[in-house]
Amino acid sequence: MILVAGWSGASLSGAEREAMGAASELREALGLKIAFVGLGGGGEELGGEAGSYGAAKAIVLDAGDELPGPTLLGVLAEVAEELGAPVVLVPGDDRGRELVPSLAERLGGAAITNAVALESAEGAVLWTRPVFGGKALARVRARVEPAVVSVRPGSFAAAAPGGEPAEVEVRSSPPAGEEVRLVSRTPCGDAGPDLEGARVIVSGGRGVGGSEGFGELEELARALGGSVGASLAAVDEGWASPEQQIGLTGRVVKPELYFAIGISGASQHLAGMGGAGTIVAVNTDPNAPIFTAADLGVVIDHRELLPAVIEECRRRAG
Amino acid sequence: MLSNTVVLVKQVLDPELPASRFRIDPERKAPPADLGPELIGPFEQSALEVALQLKDAGATEKLTAIVAGPPASEEALRKALAVRVDEAVRVDTAGADRLDASQTAELLVRAIRRLDSVDLVLAGRQAGDWDQGQVGSLVSERLGWPCVGLVQRAALEDGRVTAWREIATGEEVLSVRPPALLTVTNADSNRLRMARVMDLRAASKRPIVDLGLAELGLDSDQLEAARRIELVDVQVPHSERECELVEGEGAAEIAAALVDRLEERKLLGGPR
Repeated sequence: MILVAGWSGASLSGAEREAMGAASELREALGLKIAFVGLGGGGEELGGEAGSYGAAKAIVLDAGDELPGPTLLGVLAEVAEELGAPVVLVPGDDRGRELVPSLAERLGGAAITNAVALESAEGAVLWTRPVFGGKALARVRARVEPAVVSVRPGSFAAAAPGGEPAEVEVRSSPPAGEEVRLVSRTPCGDAGPDLEGARVIVSGGRGVGGSEGFGELEELARALGGSVGASLAAVDEGWASPEQQIGLTGRVVKPELYFAIGISGASQHLAGMGGAGTIVAVNTDPNAPIFTAADLGVVIDHRELLPAVIEECRRRAG
Repeated sequence: MLSNTVVLVKQVLDPELPASRFRIDPERKAPPADLGPELIGPFEQSALEVALQLKDAGATEKLTAIVAGPPASEEALRKALAVRVDEAVRVDTAGADRLDASQTAELLVRAIRRLDSVDLVLAGRQAGDWDQGQVGSLVSERLGWPCVGLVQRAALEDGRVTAWREIATGEEVLSVRPPALLTVTNADSNRLRMARVMDLRAASKRPIVDLGLAELGLDSDQLEAARRIELVDVQVPHSERECELVEGEGAAEIAAALVDRLEERKLLGGPR
């Protein structure tokens, strides 16, 4: 069985549904069934939902609380071994990316992080992953089983609901180990703007020049019905929150319309927004690499342009 | 106090190299050797700074930097020595062109075991070239030590290492019992300090410990057998976009032309 792991609890997250989507592609290629393991609680109900998204079997822990990394890893390794899964897929969020190598090691398998595509050739599966900050794509193959793979968010089509009910098993969670203790957790007030689901994103980089500049971006985003994102440089400067960071080490987005304002276009950033429908670049430097990745470009100081664009949008909206 | 904190570093092609200049040599399945300047990977720079801060705070007696790579990767160790790491070790990769994460981890684990009383290892969250984010976790698993990922700051408190991290779901403070491994991500608080001129000069004369395969109890066949991933090919995707520059007299005219383009593409129409 192909094993898909998730930890978001009550309901499958977008990233988990995408991992299920990747598993469905594999199911066709390998002729195997899919099992889902829910490590963040969720009970019968989550198991049922996993079935609807394509799992034939679902194992769900009864713990509502998140287990510390090493404990979670132990459970996952046990389930993978029990099922003899040749492929284990995990969502490529922070936790997933962190878990992949350790899990592969426990299982004597091969770790593949950040997969964006898969293809099967002569019984073997080739995985594509971005390398060099997204400047190149590498195809890799696992030489040993299982392949433990994290699926990069925004790369695979999410599994569609409507599958047969799964065989659901609820297990009791093991006690949390002592090696790593959680001292405190401060959840972000909210999960930040909904960038993955946004139709329009207005993003700013170092060229925005400061927090006040981001106020202007907010206003444009409001005028367009969108959300505000940021490059790593702007987050490093403290002008935007880490939840807003788009790029290789941040969030991966695919809006219909993407404004890159004062963003030079480092490949680290392009790796997070290259899949956008239409990309508009606004930058004072005509040689900025962002223009090679954009559909529409304006070489201008954004402080001049943005008020005019906001006004124009409002005027046309009547 | 910790006795010996190890920082795993790697020399990588400057990640800021513009995409327009980036190339892949299909034979090597990697960029040509002379493509651009190399530096210590950005996340390893952060790891190095976190280690230096532990030393400044009196939390560790000694800092050791280790690199696995060809003789040229000694450059990364010189830079580490210049910011006052105490000892530098290079693990020779024996001419092997490119090792996978499992092979690199095997070499590093054997090197760490040879060192005196290591109780903390710091690694970058991912190398700035192949972006795998594996070596740190693999090393911790093989040493049998717990691992905390994506750490931005660390301190020693009552014999345990406290690690602060900011992940997508919020801020976490974790406490881990050494020996342990932390993978480090970048933050304002861990930008690598500049080396002082006199330290730079001194670093060029400091000894570097070279460890060969034999000293690590491996031969090249065994090293090859540790490979778990086959690199099939590497390609540079070409951008399919062609950028139309929107021009005009003054901001109002440009804005109108830009909004025209967006309307043509039916991209407007959300809440205003």
